[in-house]
Amino acid sequence: MIDVAIIGAGVIGCAIARELSRYRLSICVLEKDSDVAEGTSKANSGIVHAGYDAAPGSQKAKFNAKGSAMFPSLTRELDVPYKQNGSMVVSFSPEDNARLEKLFENGMRNGINDLELLDREQALAVCPRLSENVLAALYAKTAGIVCPYELTIALAENAFSNGVRFHFNSRVNGIARIKGGYRLTLDTGDVIETRTVVNAAGLYADEINNMVSENRMKIIPRKGEYCLFDRMEEETIQQTIFQMPTAMGKGVLVTKTVDGNLLAGPNAVDVKGKDEVETTREGLEYVLRTAALSIGRLPEKQIITSFAGLRAHLESEDFEIGELPDAEGFFNVAGIESPGLSSAPAIGEGVAEMVANRLSAKPNPSFDPIRNGIPKFREMSNDERARLIAEDPAYGRVVCRCETVTEAEIVNAIHRPLGASTIDGIKRRTRAGMGRCQSGFCTTRVLEILERELNVPRTSVTKCGKGSELLSGKRH
Amino acid sequence: MLERELVIIGGGPAGLAAAVRAREEGIRDILILERDNAPGGILNQCIHNGFGLHTFREELTGPEYAQRFIDRIEELGIEIKLNTMVLDIGREGIITAVNSCDGILEIRAGAIILAMGCRERPRGALNIPGSRGAGIFTAGTAQRLVNIDGFMPGKEVVILGSGDIGLIMARRMTLEGAKVKAVVELMPYSTGLKRNIVQCLDDFGIPLMLSHTITGITGKKRLESVTVSQVDENRLPIAGTEQVIECDTLLLSVGLLPENDLSRKCGIELSSVTGGPIVNESFQTGVPGIFACGNVLHVHDLVDYVSEESGLAGKGAADFLRGGTSGKGIPVKAGGGVRYTVPSFVDPSKIQEPLVLRFRVDNVYKGRYISVYFDSQRELHMKKRILTPGEMEKVLLSPELFKKHPNCKEISVITESE
Repeated sequence: MIDVAIIGAGVIGCAIARELSRYRLSICVLEKDSDVAEGTSKANSGIVHAGYDAAPGSQKAKFNAKGSAMFPSLTRELDVPYKQNGSMVVSFSPEDNARLEKLFENGMRNGINDLELLDREQALAVCPRLSENVLAALYAKTAGIVCPYELTIALAENAFSNGVRFHFNSRVNGIARIKGGYRLTLDTGDVIETRTVVNAAGLYADEINNMVSENRMKIIPRKGEYCLFDRMEEETIQQTIFQMPTAMGKGVLVTKTVDGNLLAGPNAVDVKGKDEVETTREGLEYVLRTAALSIGRLPEKQIITSFAGLRAHLESEDFEIGELPDAEGFFNVAGIESPGLSSAPAIGEGVAEMVANRLSAKPNPSFDPIRNGIPKFREMSNDERARLIAEDPAYGRVVCRCETVTEAEIVNAIHRPLGASTIDGIKRRTRAGMGRCQSGFCTTRVLEILERELNVPRTSVTKCGKGSELLSGKRH
Repeated sequence: MLERELVIIGGGPAGLAAAVRAREEGIRDILILERDNAPGGILNQCIHNGFGLHTFREELTGPEYAQRFIDRIEELGIEIKLNTMVLDIGREGIITAVNSCDGILEIRAGAIILAMGCRERPRGALNIPGSRGAGIFTAGTAQRLVNIDGFMPGKEVVILGSGDIGLIMARRMTLEGAKVKAVVELMPYSTGLKRNIVQCLDDFGIPLMLSHTITGITGKKRLESVTVSQVDENRLPIAGTEQVIECDTLLLSVGLLPENDLSRKCGIELSSVTGGPIVNESFQTGVPGIFACGNVLHVHDLVDYVSEESGLAGKGAADFLRGGTSGKGIPVKAGGGVRYTVPSFVDPSKIQEPLVLRFRVDNVYKGRYISVYFDSQRELHMKKRILTPGEMEKVLLSPELFKKHPNCKEISVITESE
């Protein structure tokens, strides 16, 4: 019997796994997909929110404030790019101005002390691209941006290096109570017996909860669509620009991403399917139209891709975090929608503490918080590049020309802890295929490298797991 | 730091032709930088024939056409570095490049010719809604998979865009056993060459759906179907015309974009119409000593014209290295249905031979005239049976015309109804 089974390898499951690896426990993460960050964690805004908008006293308010404060040191330990670019909520009307003040006060109550109310002139001085509609803004200097899947991958790698085991392509089909814990049945046929369970299953957290608890849960998938723009040479926005929050969430934002692209979105539409991540014409048009209110017309010719993600929404409007009253040793971490990414470090720490207490766990003396990312050729000086190429000629072979990713980085992504085995896995670990040609050039090269390094037939290489093979066969 | 008289970035048809001509013009110290493992560029994956009718008076395949130039490069002893990617062109004409053997290369070049070619527009550029599973490729990626790597991207195929690569791939996939269900074209006309429509679609009974576009994509892990809708005169989908076509593969042939990331970074002014550098009659960009030719300049339909144009760029660079200067000169304006011209500036003192002005029109025109004005004086007036955006046009301006108009302020190229 193991100590902890974490269901779900999104940013929450991986943050909890990493925090739990500070203790002497046997831990495994069960993930239905073929890689980490395959659900909500791969398709969201990537914002580390200041924390002014959650209802005071809510779990969202508590974990957001604590979590965002952890980002500077956490991202240093994990070698993940993070930037405090500052965010603004902009007002378009006198009524909005009054609501800005409410937000400001709300922020103070949540303990967010770096907020400033700016008039139009002051706002323009911070972000010259604001449209003529903008009357005033609530400015949060310490709001930041991070790449959500890069953070998830880093958390998972560090957890793995500290002894956490990961099982991919392993969906939990059933949970039975057994003496001293739970027995999880996986769709692979495997069975795992564990003393405690952490339900971090995102959109599927209700299904997992309902396998053990009488208190039924219902997660509503709330879709958000985005347009991603090319990195632009000319001066564009540096900050994250929000509009007034609504009942459906924080509304459409425009932001610079930590990788330098411009991102606009999301809309918010409740959908039925938990895999309903199709983009729609109406949705994308709405996003572009609405984002334009903040910064004027967007450079639509520069869109390189569009995508949609699903938020795991609970009717209670708050995170549901804690041990189940009717299931000892079973912890829910559910309804983690925005500000879920910002809260993830604090949720990881908080849940790990609860589980460790339950198990009376001892600290793991060999825990190492440091994770080193894949050295990024595109960010190196020429001297560093030359030195690395001398050591490993694969650094001299550029595979993705839009993002300047070398063969050595791709090979590293395959062979590192929890290495990539799919095209998407390579993409999220190295950015190969993320650029303006959207993998038109590098796909064939990456296929070849995966075939060689994993020693599998090229026809079995997938985009994102079984059923997404890229090739139908060999040419006759 | 290496020193070279002339560095050519790109060893495809443009770079090779430019190198050959520059050498013939007496430039000895030439280096071609090519990022792929062989010279020839995109021609290497174009195994169909139809290349070279103008240049060699025979029909060659892409690799055969490339080989003619590669042989010449070898005969002339022109140096080429393969697997070498240029990272940066600095302000001082210093090129930074990388490969496995040399590591980081810094090269000081007397002159530079940009010949990086173009890339394909991805799905995102059209913002096509739907799911994002495997099975969506640009046509050129599919062409490489099939012709170079020896793999099939799928079995049941829909192609969006009737540009030449889309048409060629419709035939290629069919010949390799795939079922091509339709070629879907947004415009009311194909942007490909007429001969390709006949030889690649008609001969195989592949339907060409004009004034249609793709409005939906389904298939979570792998493509399962696309929704095709008719569009109105504003190219917007007409509700109620949707039809679902089951397929496992969607090939996109929705346009090519000159690959000018390097040019942009080194401050070269680009045309908002072509996406390529603005050049004068010598194919010199706005940065003295940097020249451009081939698809990095504007997207061509025929490689023969790439070779011809690139030869002139090679000559332009050679003249520059011999101390010749050519400035912006007088502007060539496009209008009245003409989208752009290359070149867009002419220094009349440089015109010793007839100047080739290449251009594209913005629509299908039947029985219209192409006219060239020197200021307000019409000097050329040619009736064209048909003009289409898919076929590059040209006019020749003789040196006499420039002598006749020594004080000309502006040349304009337009279409006229009479």
